[in-house]
Amino acid sequence: MIEPAMLVLQIILMVTGCLFFGVGTLGLFRFSDTLCRIHALTKIDNLGLGFIVFALLPLAPSLLTGLKVVLIWLVALAASATSAHLVARSVRSGQTADIPEEHRND
Amino acid sequence: MTLLLDVVALFLLGNLLLALVRIWRGPDPADRMLASQLFGTTGVALLLVLAEAQGMPSLRDVALILALLSVLAIVAFVTRVVGIDRTEKDTSPDQDTRAHD
Repeated sequence: MIEPAMLVLQIILMVTGCLFFGVGTLGLFRFSDTLCRIHALTKIDNLGLGFIVFALLPLAPSLLTGLKVVLIWLVALAASATSAHLVARSVRSGQTADIPEEHRND
Repeated sequence: MTLLLDVVALFLLGNLLLALVRIWRGPDPADRMLASQLFGTTGVALLLVLAEAQGMPSLRDVALILALLSVLAIVAFVTRVVGIDRTEKDTSPDQDTRAHD
């Protein structure tokens, strides 16, 4: 049913998406700073989820379903951008009780 | 194709477990919130993959709800726990410092 070229493309896209998920999770562990971790996390949100969504698109049973999956990705993009900005602002304001003065990222 | 989808779903599940470790050990509350946001994103990807693998279209709706609710968790954390609007009201009465934030 699916042509071999499309299958290969899907496999490549899925492996790339999984690679971004793995690298982003690794970055969430290895980066030393909260702002750097935000960077790694937004890479997962944008690229990892995006690659997996585009790999799943040829499997969608109808056009509307594919459009819905893309819309879910766009919602996740907006959510990740908003929450990354909010968390970065909260880190910069340094108002969290556990952050000592020298660890604030001003 | 279903085998590939299952492998991807297993990989994403492993990612979720690693994010749990980050929530457990995270030094700052902001790090814990970031890990929970990773939970949301990985959960969305996992649900989308499972919707194709198991032929359950309603899982896409669950993914949409999860993407919407994860941002609400972050907003609740930032406004309630950290309180960025509270700090602007309390500590910076003049307009100049507020303009930088």
